[in-house]
Amino acid sequence: MSYHVNEKGFYGNFGGAFIPEMLYPNVEELRQNYLKITAEHSFQEEFRDLLKDYVGRPTPLYFAERLSKEYNTKVYLKREDLCHTGAHKVNNTIGQILVAKKLGKTRIIAETGAGQHGVATATVCALMGLECIVYMGEVDIKRQAPNVARMKMLGAEVRPATSGSKTLKDATNEAIRDWINNPENTYYIIGSVVGPHPYPDMVARFQAVISEEIKQQLLEKEGRENPDYVVACVGGGSNAAGAFYHFLDDEEVKIIAVEAAGLGVNSGESAATSALGKIGVIHGSKTLLMQSTDGQITEPYSISAGLDYPGVGPMHAHLFESKRAEFIAITDEDAMNWGIKLSKTEGIIPAIETAHAFAVLDTKKFKPTDIVVINLSGRGDKDLNTYIDYFKL
Amino acid sequence: MNRINKKLQEDKKLLSIYFSAGYPNINDTVQIIQDLEKNGVDMIEIGLPFSDPLADGPTIQESSTQALYNGMTTKLLFEQLATIRETVKIPLIIMGYFNPMLQYGIEAFCKKCAEIGIDGLIIPDLPVGIYAEDYKAIFEKYGLINVFLITPQTSAERIQFIDSVSNGFIYMVSSASVTGSQSGFGISQEAYFKRIADMNLKNPQIIGFGISDKTSFNQATQYAKGAIIGSAFIKNLTENGVGSIERFVGDII
Repeated sequence: MSYHVNEKGFYGNFGGAFIPEMLYPNVEELRQNYLKITAEHSFQEEFRDLLKDYVGRPTPLYFAERLSKEYNTKVYLKREDLCHTGAHKVNNTIGQILVAKKLGKTRIIAETGAGQHGVATATVCALMGLECIVYMGEVDIKRQAPNVARMKMLGAEVRPATSGSKTLKDATNEAIRDWINNPENTYYIIGSVVGPHPYPDMVARFQAVISEEIKQQLLEKEGRENPDYVVACVGGGSNAAGAFYHFLDDEEVKIIAVEAAGLGVNSGESAATSALGKIGVIHGSKTLLMQSTDGQITEPYSISAGLDYPGVGPMHAHLFESKRAEFIAITDEDAMNWGIKLSKTEGIIPAIETAHAFAVLDTKKFKPTDIVVINLSGRGDKDLNTYIDYFKL
Repeated sequence: MNRINKKLQEDKKLLSIYFSAGYPNINDTVQIIQDLEKNGVDMIEIGLPFSDPLADGPTIQESSTQALYNGMTTKLLFEQLATIRETVKIPLIIMGYFNPMLQYGIEAFCKKCAEIGIDGLIIPDLPVGIYAEDYKAIFEKYGLINVFLITPQTSAERIQFIDSVSNGFIYMVSSASVTGSQSGFGISQEAYFKRIADMNLKNPQIIGFGISDKTSFNQATQYAKGAIIGSAFIKNLTENGVGSIERFVGDII
């Protein structure tokens, strides 16, 4: 079975480009060109140089000695939290801004939830001197003031999405509407492995640098390229797509995707799409999606703003359906406790999204010889206020 | 013959009106349809509300959100329309996004439309390629006409393909925009209208997006078989209520 996208833009039953005709020319232009552009030597050279000198790659693969001892297994952490801007998100925005330039686009738009992708987009726009407009839900603008300020410092315009539930999905709708209204000069940098084909595949390819490095680094440290397990948190799923990418066809590597259970999978306040979602169409992609029986998209809940997307990338929907990946759901409480635990055990304050992934150590039993790689997708600076409020720090 | 095809043969310019079902009040749907017909509207697009309408501007989005808040569902809309053909003769089209139809079941949805006497569907986020491959046979089995959109950016080759798959009319989006964002037409739009008219497509064209009054209706129908008014009509309902339909339509035709 293939876990990669087919020529029609589908991963098994999921994916495609369910877009209004108004978007067709832009999406089609991208579909016809993305592989060609990204394969060019000049593109690869610029992309690799920026990842190295600007983002700070390769990020370390760190052997977490104290955690390993406590759980009696070998835990490695892929340190995406050390990337410039504090998370893996920038791998993708660097890639896409170079594509946008090759396509001759002069105006960049993006959506953001917690603000991490917005900051990563504003950063690369500043780097390239391009106009940047970031759509952000009105509710999120209030919740994430420091990231709004960062985007403004970087020269971006932050536009509030005031429709619907005024959060990430609505910010995405607004960005898509902007693209419909500006079909000639504008490029839309999507922040995750979601949206119409070719976005899920393109974003996964840019994030795939994560698993490419894990393979090389593990070979140096353990004399083998493949771990026994690779673990990542999934909202839309871009850090997970990157961490899984080069292991998808190596069936001996077990893949674990960690979703946000919120207050509990069946509490009515959750973002565990694989457990609660049904097949549907959101933002141009056929995927698993949290929705009412009438097909209205529902608002998910998680304490971490980066995981509360009502869908999941089509690649992940396929990994779930085909059982290639195991999906587990972790509550707010367990994730928050892991935020403290990782800080005290390894001296690393993780993003709350990332903290969900660590709870796998309590959920599953690993053997002493197992190599478990956890993708440490982002750092916790942006979440300090949430940590402070939650633990009365 | 499908009511849409019959209507398209009439020797006149057609006025089509879009509104969101369940707006402004949940039980206004049937009354609005009847009043539109009574006042000379040729065809109606009944909007099936969706939580995330990507191609719509603020006016239609807000009416859609309000309709959902009022309690509109696919099932309820079908119940409201169950006996609509006892009083209404003009073509009726359901316009909505793909996901609610997918959840209802595409075949079940089409079957229900046929039972009620719905003549066609407009589904902006169901692309023509996927329709042709996966759903065309079902739509045809139930005698439903599926209407596709074209825009100023649609290539001539793709327009030919859309024309070949269509069997009613082509919905010509007047400009690169979401609904309700323009009013009146400029030189570039007139050039586009003329370019499409000169293609001599087998399906007539009806122009939508940006038509709000008599002037823009007349301008659009110089080049096309008809025109669709959506946002301006909904705005009128919001401001002046359901009782204002006679005056709104009377100002245009």
